[in-house]
Amino acid sequence: MIKISADLFDPWHEVVVYQDSAKHWTGKFGATNVFVGTMRDFNEGDSVTGMVLEHYPGMTEKQLDDIVKQAICDWHLLDALVVHRVGEIKPNEPIVLVAVWASHRGDAFDAGRQIMEALKNKAPFWKKERLQNGDERWVENNTDGYLRSPKKDISTFLD
Amino acid sequence: MIMSVKVRYFASLKDSVGRSGDLVDVSGKVTVAEIWAMANANRSMPDNILAAVNMEYVGIEHSVQNGDEVAFFPPVTGG
Repeated sequence: MIKISADLFDPWHEVVVYQDSAKHWTGKFGATNVFVGTMRDFNEGDSVTGMVLEHYPGMTEKQLDDIVKQAICDWHLLDALVVHRVGEIKPNEPIVLVAVWASHRGDAFDAGRQIMEALKNKAPFWKKERLQNGDERWVENNTDGYLRSPKKDISTFLD
Repeated sequence: MIMSVKVRYFASLKDSVGRSGDLVDVSGKVTVAEIWAMANANRSMPDNILAAVNMEYVGIEHSVQNGDEVAFFPPVTGG
């Protein structure tokens, strides 16, 4: 399910309510992967006091629907839930929820990552930040999501 | 035949062109890049622009039909 929300939402509540409503796969899932993206109060060295998230109504839902269908197909998911905020947002408020349910953890981890990365690259949302000094600026590009480089390989956890 | 194409702009591009959309009348075969040029006679298309026709991503040489909605916008920054 895809939801675009102009209001503050509680991602944990969304996960519980959605899972409880999905009676047809009760007992079938062994892995739930939940990602929550939250607004920081800093970006690129500046203090950020708020932002406006603009989107392209219609295309946003269409792209997210395609992204979720692709992930369900690629990773044998039982289901997925994506919730994304639009409008005025304050630091510490959730921006995005991606929750996926699968029989096994590998599919759940990788599908959640795939949905999130595809959303970052294809879903038509744009952030305009409001800085502490009163300036406003559009965020020009998404980062790759890592602080360190080179990226850690999964095998480093298995040594 | 005259056809009408709805053009939309979003985010920083909307700010820089100074409007959220245009209605462009065209005749004959036309591409996304030509739609931009007709709607923005004095402004070349930014290098990093993304384009969509009827809410699907397309290249700028994609052809446009009567009644299509063409959108131009900067790289997306959601999530």
